[in-house]
Amino acid sequence: MSAELFSLFYQFADVFAFLILSAAGLAIVFGMMGVINMAHGEFIMCGAYVTVGLVNLGVPLPIAQILAALTAGIIGMIVELLIVRRFYKRPLDSLLATWGLSLIVTQSMLLIVGSAVRGIGTPEGSFAIGGYTFSTYRLVLFGCAVAVLAGLYIIFMKTRFGVIARATMQNAAMAKALGARTGRIYSISFGIGTALAGLCGALYAPTMTLIPTMGATFVVESFVTVVIGGANVLLGTAPAAVFLAMIRMALNASYGQIIGQIGMLFAVILIIRVLPEGLSSVLVRRGR
Amino acid sequence: MNSGRIFGMALLGAVLGTAAIGAAQAADPPLKVGLLEDVSGDLAFMGMPKLHGSQLAVEEINKSGGILGRQIELIHLDPQGDNARYQEFGRRLLNRDKVDVLIGGITSASREALRPIVDRTSTPYFYTNQYEGGVCDASMVSMGAVPEQQFSTLIPWMVQKFGKKVYVIAADYNFGQISAEWNRKIMKDLGGEVVGEEFIPLGVSQFAQTIQNIQKAKPDWLLTINVGAAQDSFFEQAAAANLNLPMGSSIKVMLGFEHKRFKPPALNNMHATANWFEEIDTPEANDFKKRWHAKFPDELYINDMGYNAYNALYMYKALVEKAKSTKLEDMRKVIATGDACIDAPEGKVCIDPKSQHTSHRMRLISVGPKHEVTVEKDYGTIQPYWLGEIGCDLTKKNDKDQYTPSHLPSKS
Repeated sequence: MSAELFSLFYQFADVFAFLILSAAGLAIVFGMMGVINMAHGEFIMCGAYVTVGLVNLGVPLPIAQILAALTAGIIGMIVELLIVRRFYKRPLDSLLATWGLSLIVTQSMLLIVGSAVRGIGTPEGSFAIGGYTFSTYRLVLFGCAVAVLAGLYIIFMKTRFGVIARATMQNAAMAKALGARTGRIYSISFGIGTALAGLCGALYAPTMTLIPTMGATFVVESFVTVVIGGANVLLGTAPAAVFLAMIRMALNASYGQIIGQIGMLFAVILIIRVLPEGLSSVLVRRGR
Repeated sequence: MNSGRIFGMALLGAVLGTAAIGAAQAADPPLKVGLLEDVSGDLAFMGMPKLHGSQLAVEEINKSGGILGRQIELIHLDPQGDNARYQEFGRRLLNRDKVDVLIGGITSASREALRPIVDRTSTPYFYTNQYEGGVCDASMVSMGAVPEQQFSTLIPWMVQKFGKKVYVIAADYNFGQISAEWNRKIMKDLGGEVVGEEFIPLGVSQFAQTIQNIQKAKPDWLLTINVGAAQDSFFEQAAAANLNLPMGSSIKVMLGFEHKRFKPPALNNMHATANWFEEIDTPEANDFKKRWHAKFPDELYINDMGYNAYNALYMYKALVEKAKSTKLEDMRKVIATGDACIDAPEGKVCIDPKSQHTSHRMRLISVGPKHEVTVEKDYGTIQPYWLGEIGCDLTKKNDKDQYTPSHLPSKS
């Protein structure tokens, strides 16, 4: 019985980690700046490739993963400076620009690095409970997802940067009038968003096949989580991930992956029909 | 002066003569081969060897004088794994470029998207993948292996060696669904039991729940017919969770070269039946591999689709030269004699007149803990007999249909 209970928790934690890690970066960029980053999947891919490249050079996995997230963050800030900055007043054009970037990056990676890269293997470690065996690394992923949420809470609620960032998000013109350097805030926020995307790729790199289009496997889940979560990362994305993870886990376990995916997307349609502003609209209103 | 004029005339004559020879060559235009293979998108890593195999064969054939004295012009388009693009590009090659032969397609979904378009023309179409079998269509020649060559060998062997209970993980489209049906039929005949079947949507990359469903069902072995880079993540995740079950497949190792893409021992204890895998060690195969790697030194693995794509051009050459024509009906007359054979790197392969599928030398291979490949059993040449047995006979009637164990020709 306890094995079944743990199994339920493990499956929930697994889906939750996947949703949070893949959506956090997207949610920050969307929530803070109103920019829909269509190249989100490519920043995930960047994190994965840098991780594998560094591990192959002999860098220990955890350090490679941190460096990969930083690399994605720095590239993100450069992209913000060169491309995204020009489109702040034209959200639909920014969508097109980042989508174009995504196509260019995927195809360039295919031409430069090739169609497949050899994986590095998941860190060893598994444990058995009842008749089931579990991979320890999947629990590490869950821990990382919780740590990402905690880190975001501290950055945005407890630091001076967080206060100014939230002020910029609520009313950019007023924040600027009060002396906040909104341009720098946007640049750093975009960097944090892409660094989180890179972290997602870095963390999942050992468990997956590396191909230039790998970002696409994360993109659907990350977009639906952000869409039903709404503009607030902590009060939107996190509850959305809990909710979707419960539905998906229950359906996956009883009816298999197809019904799991259909059921999750069906729930998404229902929620945006009832709550067009996402879950955070309800939670934020309650909180006030 | 006079001699100078004569010299001038001679020069003019020589120039005109050369031009005339040029004109004679231009009157014999090259044969156009239309090729549709994914070299970008999710399946690029499998499609790239298919393009390379075709390029190698075209280069070799052109160097040795072409087909019926005509050079081959390869027109490759990249449908990027999109079935709508397969149809669009297929129409473009057939109607605008007027290719003499169409080759290609990776997934069975792309083949079925192309087939109705090919059927409206009189252009021959070569499908070069192993697949779930059953296509009875006079326009199509299948170069890859089919279930009676792959599953009727592999499944009894797995049952005998590992046990009667199997769990199936299959990609959720026609290939996975029909392959699973084949497995059910063969397991039933063997008195075995399918303890679970899970169909996975393409693009899914997370398998923690699937791994637990498998452990709950307690199978003796797994049939893994998951497709694409995302679904291949199953192997890494199953190894990390210490699932540790024997596996069998019709597409792993020789097709997706997972044993080269994953770190050992993720593919340990995988079994597959194949007409080609790069580890084949015969003089003909080694010679072929040497030529391939000389032209494409960066190739990670020569997979069976790439190998079949290479053979397809030689089979086309043999058919055209025996028929002395590039017309489909003339080529089919050669196929009907049962004499449409080539000496391929695996050995002699022939097209079966009834089904227009290819006979193959099949071997059962296994992957060890260090991802070394061992030949467990050599079945010799196996004919693609199933379609003929159930009543498909393309020499008499063009069904243009795909049959499965549950969809047989109506008796008329």
